[in-house]
Amino acid sequence: MQEFSRRIYGLENEYGIMCTLKGQRRLSPDEVARYLFRKVVTWGRSSNVFLPNGSRLYLDVGSHPEYATAECDSLLDVVAQDRAGEYILNDLRIAAEERLADEGIRGEIHIYKNNTDSAGNSYGCHENYLTSRTDDQSRLSDVVIPFLITRQIFCGAGKLLMTAKGPLFTIAQRAEHIWETSSSATTRSRPIINTRDEPHADAEHYRRLHVIVGDSNMSDYATFLKVGSMACVLRMFENPEIDFRDLTLESPVRAIREISHDITCKKKVKLKNGKEMSALDIQRIYLDKAISYSERFGFNEEETRALQMWEHCVTTIESDPLQLETEVDWVAKYHLVSRYSEKHDISLGDPRCHLIDLQYHDIDPARGIYYHLRSKNIMKSVCSEEQIVAATTQAPTTTRAHLRSQFITAAQLKKRDYTVDWVHLKINDQSQRTVLCKNPFKNVDERVQKLIDSL
Amino acid sequence: MSEKIRKSVSNPEVTPVEVIEDLALVKNAQAENLKADLDNLLDEIDSILETNAEDFVNSYVQKGGE
Repeated sequence: MQEFSRRIYGLENEYGIMCTLKGQRRLSPDEVARYLFRKVVTWGRSSNVFLPNGSRLYLDVGSHPEYATAECDSLLDVVAQDRAGEYILNDLRIAAEERLADEGIRGEIHIYKNNTDSAGNSYGCHENYLTSRTDDQSRLSDVVIPFLITRQIFCGAGKLLMTAKGPLFTIAQRAEHIWETSSSATTRSRPIINTRDEPHADAEHYRRLHVIVGDSNMSDYATFLKVGSMACVLRMFENPEIDFRDLTLESPVRAIREISHDITCKKKVKLKNGKEMSALDIQRIYLDKAISYSERFGFNEEETRALQMWEHCVTTIESDPLQLETEVDWVAKYHLVSRYSEKHDISLGDPRCHLIDLQYHDIDPARGIYYHLRSKNIMKSVCSEEQIVAATTQAPTTTRAHLRSQFITAAQLKKRDYTVDWVHLKINDQSQRTVLCKNPFKNVDERVQKLIDSL
Repeated sequence: MSEKIRKSVSNPEVTPVEVIEDLALVKNAQAENLKADLDNLLDEIDSILETNAEDFVNSYVQKGGE
């Protein structure tokens, strides 16, 4: 088993889109997507491009704009790059609305960073962690799945769910849409871990752990904690001296829903061994293990920061989960929805409560409720405005993304026809010169420099 | 934060400036401030919220993704 001194992280978000006029739908999502991507196609001659900040932006299945961050080897970078995606999409929204106006079409475009619509469709937020080829995949699943099912208590985005018994405030957007623990499926039957083996790196050494159970977070504190706590768990897993207790759940798919439906975080779910534990109990076990790991072996600086945030959240949830409104999306949303319904004496089933649930995720700073909380410093933030704005155009300098960024910037400047993906940089001329970059940690490469110099 | 972890890790977010005599009091004051901030936001939220909530929410239909 290989332990990583650095690890590559990446986040992918599928966004929901809509165009309305006075509350009525104006254009179909397909049409909205076409307007949004007009600017992208002009720039990159395709609706599937890699941007100068190293990210990938494209139209995915179901007309969802998808933004995948560049390879990051720092938690702060991945948080900034993820939020930069919101800024980039918001710019596309502004350009698309101008075009609509030019064509005489009245309407506003909305882009949501969430995971469900009002008809029960779901789209995802996927996390990527570079792991070792030599890992025992079935042991890895056993170790991380109980963690991934229960971490929603601090990284769920919250969802007002209509049930047969009436409206219910639930913790996680994705909980209702997960049907398996691990498989290669995505749309047909969504698993917690997607096992498709595409490392985007040297397959002899690496794998890419693809986690698709998570919610899209608006709170960047929550994003940092989501990726950072998982990084701590992976580091412990990779240390051969560490054994994990068997916390396998009797029915993971039932448990993820039961946990999501319990805002006290303290109701018990069944384990395979017959015992019963709450999501909080299970998180406490992983957390205590990480704290003692930190004393024995130490984590790196960012993992240590994530560990402190993790401990803060678990400890607060032990006394009262509803105290986490400045850190955790579902708690912030819960307070907004419940206090709004009290103030106006309406039920949680009222459309205005559902609207708050949805509009929390609007990425337009003027309309998005999360953005209002952020601008008033009501919610904690881990990265500055300057860091986010920089991340919209600059790739992380410490990974392969740096090479891709340099190549794209140079090729655009020289107006050359080129093709890139996660591992290839290619010039589309007679020579068809291609550089294969199999090491995601490598940020300097003579071959790439030569390729750039030849442009 | 537990004592155990405090010994082993330094917290980059917190710089101890002075001894705070009554932590609970400070925490309560912070909570009150936060509550006031949220109240303010709730007061203005109606001006941010889309009009025609029911139609708006029902219009939000996507295709499944991933």
